[in-house]
Amino acid sequence: MKAKQAEEIIGFLLLRLCMAVIVVILCVIFYDSITKGIGSVSWEFLTAMPKNGMTEGGIFPAITGTFLVTVITAVLAIPLGMGCAIYLNEYAADTMVTRLIRLSIRNLSGVPSIVYGLFGVVLFVQFMRFGTCLLSAGCTLGLMTLPWTITASEEALKNVPKAYREGALALGATKWQSIRTNVLPYAVPGMLTGTILGLARAAGETAPILFTGAAFFMPFLPESLFSQFMALPYHLYIMSTQHHAITKVRPLAYGTALVLIVLVFAMNFSAVVIRYHLRKVKKE
Amino acid sequence: MKSVKIIKISAGNFSFWYGAMKALSGISMDIYENAVTGIIGPSGCGKSTFLRSINRMNDLIRGSRADGAMLLDGKNIFEPDVDVVELRRRVGMVFQRSNPFPKTIFDNVAYGLRVNGIKDRNYIAAKVEKSLKDAALWGEVKDRLRQNAFELSGGQQQRLCIARALAVEPEVLLMDEPASALDPTATLKVEELIHELKKKYAIIIVTHNMQQAARISDYTAFFMMGELVEYDQTTKIFTNPSKKITEEYITGRFG
Ligand SMILES: Nc1ncnc2c1ncn2[C@@H]1O[C@H](COP(=O)(O)OP(=O)(O)OP(=O)(O)O)[C@@H](O)[C@H]1O
Ligand SMILES: [Mg+2]
Repeated sequence: MKAKQAEEIIGFLLLRLCMAVIVVILCVIFYDSITKGIGSVSWEFLTAMPKNGMTEGGIFPAITGTFLVTVITAVLAIPLGMGCAIYLNEYAADTMVTRLIRLSIRNLSGVPSIVYGLFGVVLFVQFMRFGTCLLSAGCTLGLMTLPWTITASEEALKNVPKAYREGALALGATKWQSIRTNVLPYAVPGMLTGTILGLARAAGETAPILFTGAAFFMPFLPESLFSQFMALPYHLYIMSTQHHAITKVRPLAYGTALVLIVLVFAMNFSAVVIRYHLRKVKKE
Repeated sequence: MKSVKIIKISAGNFSFWYGAMKALSGISMDIYENAVTGIIGPSGCGKSTFLRSINRMNDLIRGSRADGAMLLDGKNIFEPDVDVVELRRRVGMVFQRSNPFPKTIFDNVAYGLRVNGIKDRNYIAAKVEKSLKDAALWGEVKDRLRQNAFELSGGQQQRLCIARALAVEPEVLLMDEPASALDPTATLKVEELIHELKKKYAIIIVTHNMQQAARISDYTAFFMMGELVEYDQTTKIFTNPSKKITEEYITGRFG
């Protein structure tokens, strides 16, 4: 009896320890970027163009670029991913082929982002002749996000009870009617949660946009889908490793990092909020 | 009992498989218009399977297969030219586990009307009211039609599912243990309701409650291990069954 209790206590302690380690690491990262970055963040930093070889001024084009490229990513990944998930979960027969497709999709979400970057160069920049631009980068990030969207959307669809589908069909609804009016409304919040997490990851990626559209330095905003653009993660990479006066621009790099973290954090937070609302609705 | 009996549904040597598992074998029986047909039998004997074959709900189960005939008004519903969507509108179903949708009470009942293309708001409102009245639920919910159906009690949810099925004006009503989760008062209400409904529909009801089967059904079918053991007028089945096993099951002397 005693030994069992001791085991229990030690087990709990170990789990707590793991948890504490993670929290501490997170806090250190946050503390570090906030204390070092907050000094450079000002209204001007957020809204001005970079000046004097990026040693002064702001990061407005990088913020805009990241925003625009994420919008393109979303426009591509959300409808395509949801459509794919609806097909896989509601229509496709459970055959070897479907299982293989599903397995490939799961595996694609683990492919390193630089591989997507190279693939994007071949497909969008060269083969489809978009050139290095917002569109190519957005499409590349979209491809990278798709496996996440599909997987999350399928999970969300699986969580809708079979009884809703059967109940609708039994009343003379067609299959699509039952899906559209009695399955999707309850799956969409879950689909969005997963999708936003995927988008947040895409917004923070450097490798996929490196060769497909991100510019080192651009003192103006992109004019069309076919312009190059600046992006926060790439800007951060340059400011911290490629700049000619690295030590001088270090505060600016920290400022950029802080903005990027806040952005990603805000996206993840909105996903949590949506999920919270979803839970509440379900309980009712 | 009416003198002229109209056959609404007729199963002819009907069998059903879930993959390699034979759930129904060679069922032949006629089900009459304006009558309640009760189906009794031990758990797992294929009662739900039979019911779910009549509106082809079992089509949704992968690897399932039907054989033989199931005639509705003389037409085999398993023929390729049958419109399954239309069939399911004509053959309403109340499921074994009550399954209200997470929508308002009103929208639950209106759902079937809307998916069948009815847009007229006044018509929908009137139909919802009538269906809820027919299902003996109107008095309890008329002041809270905009509330979520999940806020209703179990018995109310079951009657809501009945109202929902009635709204699309089916010709046949399949009820899979509609009273299994209800208290005696609610059960009584549902039974009265069924008695009322048979004036308009052919009703098939699965039940585990022998008294209930005896009370409400005009005909009773006894299923066992996927086979139809005996099928006759309820009075005959309950007073003078022709098979010994039927008598044993009804009197509860059966395992
Ligand atoms: N979806 C399914 N897949 C495979 N087998 C099934 C499926 N549904 C039912 N069965 C099997 O078919 C047989 C008949 O099941 P059915 O649900 O028709 O029984 P039932 O008479 O309605 O039982 P109960 O009174 O417990 O509801 C059972 O052996 C069951 O295990
Ligand atoms: Mg059953």
